[in-house]
Amino acid sequence: MAIAYAHESTADQRRANRKKAVDGRTVICKVKRCDGPGKPSRWESFKVPVEPGMNVIACLKHIAQNPVTSDGKTTTPVVYDSGCLEEVCGACTMVINGTARQSCSCLIDEYAPREGDTITLEPMSKFPVIRDLWVDRARLFNSLKRVKAWVPIDGAYALGAGPKESQANQEVRYDISECMSCGCCMEACPQFNIEPDESKWDTSFVGPHAIAQARLFNAHGVGKVLKNDRLDELMGPGGVSDCGNAQNCVKVCPKGVPLTESIGAIGRQVTLRSFARFFKGR
Amino acid sequence: MSQERVIVVGGGLAGLAASVRIAEAGVPVDLFSMVPVKRSHSVCAQGGINACNEVARQQGYSEYQHFDETLYGGDYLADQNPVLEMTNWAPKIIDLLDRMGVPFNRTPEQNRDLRLFGGSLFKRTHFAGATTGQQLLYALDEQTRRYEAEGRITKYEFWEFLWPITVGEGEDKRCVGIVAQDMRTMQIRSFRAGAVVMATGGCGLIFGKSTNSVICTGGAASRCMQNGAWYANGEMIQVHPTAIPGADKLRLMSESARGEGGRVWVPRKQGDTRKPTDIPEPERLYFLEEKYPDYGNLVPRDIASREIFDICVNQDMGVAGQNQVYLDLSHMDPDYLTRKLGGILEIYEKFVGDDPRHTPMRIFPGVHYSMGGMWTTYTPGSYDPGGRHGMHNPGDVTPVDTEIGRGMQLGAHNNMMTNITGLYAFGEVNFAFHGATRLGANALLSCIFDGLFSGVSVVNYVRDGAPKGEPTDGLDQGVFDRAAAQEQAKADRLIGSGVGDSDPTDPTHNPYAIGHELGVEMTAASTVVKTGPRLEQCLTKLDELTQRYQGVKLSDSGMWTNQTLSYARAVGDMLILARVIAEGGLLRKESRGSHYRTDYPDRDDPNFMKTTIGRCHPDGSTSIEFIPVRADLVEPRARTYGRKDSDSKSKSKQEAVTAS
Repeated sequence: MAIAYAHESTADQRRANRKKAVDGRTVICKVKRCDGPGKPSRWESFKVPVEPGMNVIACLKHIAQNPVTSDGKTTTPVVYDSGCLEEVCGACTMVINGTARQSCSCLIDEYAPREGDTITLEPMSKFPVIRDLWVDRARLFNSLKRVKAWVPIDGAYALGAGPKESQANQEVRYDISECMSCGCCMEACPQFNIEPDESKWDTSFVGPHAIAQARLFNAHGVGKVLKNDRLDELMGPGGVSDCGNAQNCVKVCPKGVPLTESIGAIGRQVTLRSFARFFKGR
Repeated sequence: MSQERVIVVGGGLAGLAASVRIAEAGVPVDLFSMVPVKRSHSVCAQGGINACNEVARQQGYSEYQHFDETLYGGDYLADQNPVLEMTNWAPKIIDLLDRMGVPFNRTPEQNRDLRLFGGSLFKRTHFAGATTGQQLLYALDEQTRRYEAEGRITKYEFWEFLWPITVGEGEDKRCVGIVAQDMRTMQIRSFRAGAVVMATGGCGLIFGKSTNSVICTGGAASRCMQNGAWYANGEMIQVHPTAIPGADKLRLMSESARGEGGRVWVPRKQGDTRKPTDIPEPERLYFLEEKYPDYGNLVPRDIASREIFDICVNQDMGVAGQNQVYLDLSHMDPDYLTRKLGGILEIYEKFVGDDPRHTPMRIFPGVHYSMGGMWTTYTPGSYDPGGRHGMHNPGDVTPVDTEIGRGMQLGAHNNMMTNITGLYAFGEVNFAFHGATRLGANALLSCIFDGLFSGVSVVNYVRDGAPKGEPTDGLDQGVFDRAAAQEQAKADRLIGSGVGDSDPTDPTHNPYAIGHELGVEMTAASTVVKTGPRLEQCLTKLDELTQRYQGVKLSDSGMWTNQTLSYARAVGDMLILARVIAEGGLLRKESRGSHYRTDYPDRDDPNFMKTTIGRCHPDGSTSIEFIPVRADLVEPRARTYGRKDSDSKSKSKQEAVTAS
């Protein structure tokens, strides 16, 4: 499936669109709908009068209050996942005009500036659809378990401060720690494929975000005690060698997480680890 | 006897801290959340988390000063003992979060960096970039995932809490589980537990558009209230003066925009349709500068909110006839702005599509936080000053040390327990700690403190308390089946009310339209500026909406992933909670903290240094009473923030600039 990337060429284009946006226009919101797992998909279009500053969420809210398609058919409100609406929770991710991104920060003016323009909403294709635009991203969180994305502390008691850390190291970790597990990187990755069978989640590709999280915790003074566990997992099936170096992930990441840089760093750590295992046998 | 389980409802900071604390004590936890817990509303907190630290301590600051500031900031409406315990714990909590791997900003010497925040002259706010709440939540999410991988915590994500299951009546009433619904399959079922912890956050959606996430309806708290839990200080709602109005929600604009020279204005001509940049200087009304020549745009938060509200709602002078005013930086050097305010200007541009360096921003006050919430009690700790202590100044010897248990007794069964035995409330959903208004960067602290400190109480309660005498395992299954059947019947009634032949866009019985009107009315009547007559009018409107809600019709009658059902059900619960909030505001005939009545502009301690208790009766009616605040530790002072002092100007300016 051809995907256009939000960060590739269109930022200026979208800004230009904003400038030529027509006040008081009506646009067509075209939604790929599905009643549930295993059910066929269909398209429905809605006429939406555009208010100033309207985003895709406001469009969907308008449809919920007026669930009538552009050809006059009464239907149901569109089902979608959402949370903070500030682009920090990651819930409202969907494919908009072919690109995976958060719908809360997606302004209609940037995508459909003229009267009658169409904006197309689809569920992410790499995760099973629950209903309409809502997909099941449980596999994404499972991959965080695979790489043991935590610091193994001695319990939540007061045991003094954590390890000291340089501001430079903090900056490396902070950039990765802004990852909100939205799934855009997986949607864009040609090596990451839909896998509805839960039993295969521990051997299929973990995806770019989990590899970056392994790097985050390997860079922490105490988190690194699990470094070998993480690297052993990423050396196995579905690990870092599944990356095909397409570099799509970093282009679509809404938070600018250094994904390819992290995959490179983990690749090097894995290599060193495999030498150690070969020569030391552990 | 098999092991009692604990149910935690809500996976934000409070819920996750509680889950971790309870699970590590060896008690299995069932964690319920409407969203994957990593997506909880706590991610939205930006500024930081307050705690005394070694640098501030050597400048004269102390945990006790933090305690004193929190009470003063809250206008003395908070019960005092829990606040003392919380502020004493704050440094321990920062250390713990540090060990969990939160990327706190660092100094050159690799220590944790600090920033200045509103309500204090000391740097006592720890921060991780501009996303502190997100970073803290992730740290707790990671620990939760670790315990989940070890089988100590079981997550029920995309499950909605519907009802607390109770046995007994009156003072013997005890919570023994919950009814919940899978938001995907729509299955409704009951769950048993030795104790239930509500950690379900705020209720911003009652006000329509707010800075809250879409799940913050207050529905869970309302459902507990409908089963007899008290709801306290509901009228205490914090409104942030500068939020960005969006078609879908309000997003915070940091107060540093005013601090760096932003000017607030509206066109002098009502309904002026010209672009702001086309309106010449003499035709602009800089209403803050005109009314407050000394402070200008840097008036304190509450005044700024009131004046902006007055211009738009009472004088109908808002930009383009809407509830918005200009916050203008466009007269300043764009390079300077990029350097000083780059990040927040980008947020504005991302969500609004205008560049604030060249076009004035449009802002309006936004409902932000609920100080009120479910009423909770506690066992006082060992500190007894033998009479209220007077004002505490920096450098003074503190009257009490910071040993555990000075404010509240560690592990007492009833810490942060509601009036229903075995039903706890942690975090924003309870009423403790913040009184009549909350200090910036104290929210994250109170949520985590509740989980860690009162989590111990939950553990002790399920081991030694009521469940030991009568284990939940032994209770008749009928209790649980009846509760589940009651919720199933409610859901069936709503689903069965489908639109049929009627027009789905008719707003009379459309749940989205009713919810919208509720928000508009509550924002207009019960936020920044309140009056008796307007609140009475609001209650009449709530009657009308409740009437219309009786005939609510759903445009989706499907039995799979029906979000309309979830929302429509919440609207009914929001209407009941809204009534308690408005009635409390009407009966509290004074002004205190965030509660400002133009007809009663002064604080009235003899009559209203009291906790508002809202109750819902079995027939759905509500009532309000007032009980004394437990204030044995500190003597209340007037909350002036130095406005009467000669140095008031510089101090207020500093507070306005550093708060966000």
